[in-house]
Order: sequence, then C-alpha cells, then structure tokens
Amino acid sequence: MPPFLYIFLGALAIVSALGVIVQRNPVHCLLALIGTLMAVAILFIGENAIVVGFLQIIVYAGAIMVLFLFVIWLLNLQVETGSTGQLALKLFGSIAAALLVTELFFILAPPHLQVKFTHEPAGYGSIASLASTMFTSYLIAFEVTSILLLAAVVGSVALARRLPGTDDPLAARRVES
Amino acid sequence: MTIELIAGAIKAILMIVLGLNLSLFLLYFERKGSALIQDRIGSNRVTVTGIGQRMGLPNLGIINTTIADPIKMFTKEDFVPAGADKFLHTLAPFLALFPVMITFVIIPFGDTISIAGHRIGLEAANLNAGALYLLATIGLGVYGIALAGWSSNNRWALLGGIRATAQMISYELAMGLAIVSVIMTFGTLNLQEIVRGQGGVWFGFLPRWGIFIQPLAFILLLVAGAAESKRIPFDLPESESELIQGYFTEYSGGKQAVFMLTDFAEQALVAMLITTFFLGGWQVPWLMRDGFHLPGGAFFAIPALAVSILGIVAFLVKVLALCIFLGMVRWTLPRFRYDQLMRLGWKGLVPLGLLNVLVTALVVVAKVGAH
Repeated sequence: MPPFLYIFLGALAIVSALGVIVQRNPVHCLLALIGTLMAVAILFIGENAIVVGFLQIIVYAGAIMVLFLFVIWLLNLQVETGSTGQLALKLFGSIAAALLVTELFFILAPPHLQVKFTHEPAGYGSIASLASTMFTSYLIAFEVTSILLLAAVVGSVALARRLPGTDDPLAARRVES
Repeated sequence: MTIELIAGAIKAILMIVLGLNLSLFLLYFERKGSALIQDRIGSNRVTVTGIGQRMGLPNLGIINTTIADPIKMFTKEDFVPAGADKFLHTLAPFLALFPVMITFVIIPFGDTISIAGHRIGLEAANLNAGALYLLATIGLGVYGIALAGWSSNNRWALLGGIRATAQMISYELAMGLAIVSVIMTFGTLNLQEIVRGQGGVWFGFLPRWGIFIQPLAFILLLVAGAAESKRIPFDLPESESELIQGYFTEYSGGKQAVFMLTDFAEQALVAMLITTFFLGGWQVPWLMRDGFHLPGGAFFAIPALAVSILGIVAFLVKVLALCIFLGMVRWTLPRFRYDQLMRLGWKGLVPLGLLNVLVTALVVVAKVGAH
C-alpha cells in the first residue's frame, strides 16, 4: 500500500471516529462509525489481511450497523442536547484512552523499548491460508463457536415466539415459567 | 508497467460505462418494452424535427426515453421537504448508487487479449477474493435506501425504507448461499477463474456451464437477485398503491433519477452476475482458444483476436438476454404481499440454499475422496 493512501485512510478513520463522539444526531454518529469501519477495513485489505478486511465490511459495516440503524429508529432516539454520558462511562473511557496512548508509546518509543515486529510469510492472511488453519489447527474451536452461535439463534427465536392465538410475544415465556 | 496501468484504467471506465449504458437500455425497455407487452403504444412524442415520421417510419421512442426524459428529470426542481435532514437527503441517492457502480469492476467480460505483445486480462480487477468483494459491496447497498427513507421526514418514505432494508438483508442471505455453492463447485473465489472453469464440454456437446451443475443455485440467485434489485414482483419498498413511491417519495428531479438509475444498474449487475456464475460468462459454446470444436468432430480454426472479440460479444449477448428476461418478469407478475415475500425468503430460499450447500459439499468431498 503506498504511504499516501495509508496516511489518507488513517486520517479518514480518525476524523470519522471523532465524528462518532462529537455529533449529536444518532444517525449521523452511526454514519461516521460506518466510515471508520470502512477506512480500517480498507487498511486491513491494503496490508494483505484480506479476509479480515472483507469480513469487517460484510459483518460490521454491512450487517451489524444496519441493526444499529433499526435500534435507533425503533427507540426513536432524538438529537441530544446538553452534556451526555455517565461518570462511570467517562472514567472507563479515560482508562481505555490511557492504555491506547501507552501502547502507542511502546511502538514509537526509543529503540530499546520498541516492540519487535515480525514479517509474516507471503500469503499470510489470504483466504487459503486462513481456511487451512481454521479447519486443521483450530477445527474444534471453530465448530464449538458455530454451535454456540446456533444456540443463540434458536434461543432468540424461542424468546420472540408467539403462542398461537395470542399477539403477545411475552406470553410464551409466561406460560413456560 | 505503464501499459498495464493504462489498460486497467480503460477497463474500469469501460465497465462503468457499460453498466450505465445497460441501465439506459433497461430504461428504454421499461418504457417501450412494457408497452409492447401490455399492448400499448408507449412513448412516441419526441422526434428530431420529424424527419423519420415524414418518411413514414414508426417512432420507436428512443430519443424520447433515452435523451428527452433524462433532460427533463435533471432540469426539474430539486425539492427538499421541510423538516428533512438536508445533508442525508442529498447524500442518500449517491450512497445507494456508489456500491452498485464499484461492483461492476470485478465482472470478467472476456478472456485475455494480446495488444503489442502484452497479454491483458479482460476484467477491470482480477481479485482473488472477488466473491468476498461482491458480497461486501452488495451489503453496503442498504444504507442509501434506508437513509433516504429516514431523512425524508415522511412516514411513507420511512416505511418504504424499513421494508427495503428488511427485504434486502433477507434476500442477501439466499444470494450468498447460492454464490457459496458455486464457489465450492469451482474451488475459487476469483470470478475470472470461475468463468474459465466453465469452459469445455460434457458428453461431447453440453457446455460445462454452471447452470447445468448447479441448477438450484441458478434459480436461487435469479429470484434473490430480482428481490435485491427491488423489481416487481419484489417492489414492495416502492409499492405505489400503498406507499405512494416508498423510500423515494420525497425525491424529485435529478436525485430521483439517481434512484431510478440505481435500480436499473442493480438489474444489469444481477444479469452480469448470473451470466458469470451460471451461463459461462464470456464462454462461447464449443469455442476453444484455437477455434470451434463442434460436436461431431468438425473443427473451424479462428484467429486469436477474433476469439477474444467473440467472447466479449457472447458476454454482452447473454447479459442483454437476461436483462430482457428480468424486464419481462417485471411486466408479467403481480406484486407479492409482504408476508409472502418474507415467507418465500426465509422458509423457501434460505433452507433450499442451505440444502444445496450441503449436497454440494458432499459431492465435492466424494470427488476428492475418489482421487
């Protein structure tokens, strides 16, 4: 990836990330978040982490953000006025920011503190290498995760199920308990 | 290096121009073709000084639909309703069009062509992760539509936007499953390699096209593709009788034209995808690199350049035929009810797609085991 593109995408990601927290309209915040995700995904693809990049676009930008949009519509969130956020959130946010700054320090710090980067072999991060790792070394973890996800899907369907003859989605749970 | 760069730029522009031109053809077919199907006359008002008419030629409405109508639309007032989110209202049409336009670049429209000693692949972007790119860009198409509905500050538009979002997400799943079974069959995510894998013949006469290996996936992609492009019988997001015009009720002038263009471009894209995955892309039946090997053993030698050009022509013919087929479906069927649409998607197409993937996996494993 040429350096100018790297800098451009990095700047785009930072500006949109600022947009997420600075703007007051929730839908505008969501759009800014999509912009951040897209910029980071293209950075991933440019650095040969092709599967991670495309999955970020398909799963996060393409599916989960649509869910966020629906939640914003359903809760009918309005433009926020005045100060926002609780003290605990601000505290945890500050700690996370401090950790990130520390990490950045160890990467950019004087040579004796610097983290050693290793260059991955060619083809690392491609679909073929990811698939062969996933279906050999990590097969059990992969299958267990898929069963966990299936259980979550069945569970959510069971919770939202309507009993025949009622319009109340909660009736099913009340009868069973 | 430079010639590859120049060729890449030309190919990318060519693909987008092809997409736009196909959209224009679909616009023409929408007006005049529907008139033909419904036994009407259709648009026949605009002429160039009436020369053709004085000579007794029928007015085919080409100037009317492809020149006069777009000029009319782009010179109309661009109205933003009161209380609308002005920024998003303006952004939404382009957010809808952009993902469709950038998807055109991965479609292979020919084999390779030799120019001045350079072999140039006839696809704008030869991506190894082509199918992933495709799913990523198609997934982004939802936002323009959803935000158009939301930013208009209109209940009909919002309902249309919600319908469109739910419909597109539901049918993306069936579309993805159909594409997954094709990927498993050909063992690659590269669209150009998938088309190459469809060369050759079975039993001496039947072309090795995807439609003969994966007929169920072909039907799944055809139905899901029609639903993705929001055409009748899947046009619930813009059903006039219930929602005025759905998510673009509050759009006028150029921005509405961009939404119409998005729909037509999506239809052209679906036709190109079906051609690539199931109808052999640029493959001409019985045509190899050196010439025609007809069933029965007859052979006609053809120069390499002519083979390349024949491939491009074959791709265009297949795409046009599919576009016309999709248009005819549009003007033949009535609209679904919303519960029917969701039932077809979740209880019909998705289980069939899963079953198809399972059967394909078993066949692929059996084939690997046999070797």
